[in-house]
Amino acid sequence: MITIIDLGISNIKSITRGFITQGFDVEIASSSEEVEKSSSLVLPGVGAFPKAVETLKKMGLFKSIVDHAAKGKPLLGVCLGMQLLFTDSDEHTKTQGLDIIPGHVMQFPADRQVPHMGWNEVVQHQKCTLFQGIPDRSDFYFVHSYYGVPDQKNDVVASTDYYSRFACAVQRENVYGVQFHPEKSQKLGLLLLCNFAMMTEY
Amino acid sequence: MLKKRIIPCLDITEGRVVKGIHFVNIRDAGDPVEWARKYDRDGADELVFLDITATSDNRAILIDVVERVSDELFIPFTVGGGIRSVKDMHKILKAGADKISINTAAVKDPDLIREGAIHYGSQCIVVAVDIKREGEGFKIYIRGGRERTEIDGLDWCKKAEDLGAGELLVTSMDRDGTKDGYDLDLLQRITSLVNIPVIASGGCGKLEHLYDAIEKGGVSAVLAASIFHYGEFTIPQTKEYLKSKKLNIRE
Repeated sequence: MITIIDLGISNIKSITRGFITQGFDVEIASSSEEVEKSSSLVLPGVGAFPKAVETLKKMGLFKSIVDHAAKGKPLLGVCLGMQLLFTDSDEHTKTQGLDIIPGHVMQFPADRQVPHMGWNEVVQHQKCTLFQGIPDRSDFYFVHSYYGVPDQKNDVVASTDYYSRFACAVQRENVYGVQFHPEKSQKLGLLLLCNFAMMTEY
Repeated sequence: MLKKRIIPCLDITEGRVVKGIHFVNIRDAGDPVEWARKYDRDGADELVFLDITATSDNRAILIDVVERVSDELFIPFTVGGGIRSVKDMHKILKAGADKISINTAAVKDPDLIREGAIHYGSQCIVVAVDIKREGEGFKIYIRGGRERTEIDGLDWCKKAEDLGAGELLVTSMDRDGTKDGYDLDLLQRITSLVNIPVIASGGCGKLEHLYDAIEKGGVSAVLAASIFHYGEFTIPQTKEYLKSKKLNIRE
């Protein structure tokens, strides 16, 4: 079963519907017990990093997500959910993240329009199950003002050019993160969700 | 490279898609759910849904219509009309919207922009600006264009950005429904003033107008209603045209 974490601060309707229309069952989780039971976990999210960390801690989910990843079970972070996988973020004030993928979250410099909003090309750097069947340089929908910088180049699966190049998809073993919104990126976005869902053990 | 966005707009009243000229003389254009399905399939880059009489009728937006429309979409979905509080925003986001468009309520209480941005992030807050030429300058209108304010148009755009708006949806009331083209001078002035994406609205009658708004007006996205609703042009035709003019458009 695919479990989607509901932090109560963002719209999880689209991503839920994304999996369902592709024929997968999903469960919505807001407690550590539910997260512990899940075989495959999705951490969506929009909003601010510190608020999301605070919410994760208040709900008792912080540790259960880290444990889930440590057990080798699939985890997908989407948008803010990807940023939360990193060590820390500069958003508002320095805040510790889940630290599953070593790296830092930074703000785009003011020399460009912020937020980075709209459809942009995803350049694939290495083979990744998540992108199976998705042509290189396909467009996905982005909307964000901060971006993650992984410490290790190996963790970068794909990147996007917005004035400068930044990592838009990361992977470390069973843990995946995408900065764009697959649930808002039509067919190819749904294919990416499908690819993730196929990793789930039933 | 970031692509320029083509955004069809559904102006809704009483649960139906309508189109007016100069914000009045409204005519029926069909069922919003069917239009949403079609635009998603046709490759629209986003969809905007505005309940154009929610504020003037002093009622809440039609949540069930928002829900049914969002069920058809796998593209970003902006909803506006009659949104007066963070609580209203919450309901609409829960119904499946990705962004909230505020207009009258933001003019009356600019702090609503800041509050919305704090709760949901700037990317979620679109400030819709109804603007009309007056002498050398521009004035802001509210209540679906029915009420003039003393607020300077350009000052308001800057203020909305400073308060945390993530995007501006700029409708030229002089051009809306005329099909004479977007107000390029207005768009240029706004895009050189703010550093957030600007969506051009009001006046589109030909594909060249879309090109001009992007190339000359400097906008990130173009919004149009009647050229799409009445079948003058389809989204694929529009994209083909803009690509042939060497603009960066999504396949």
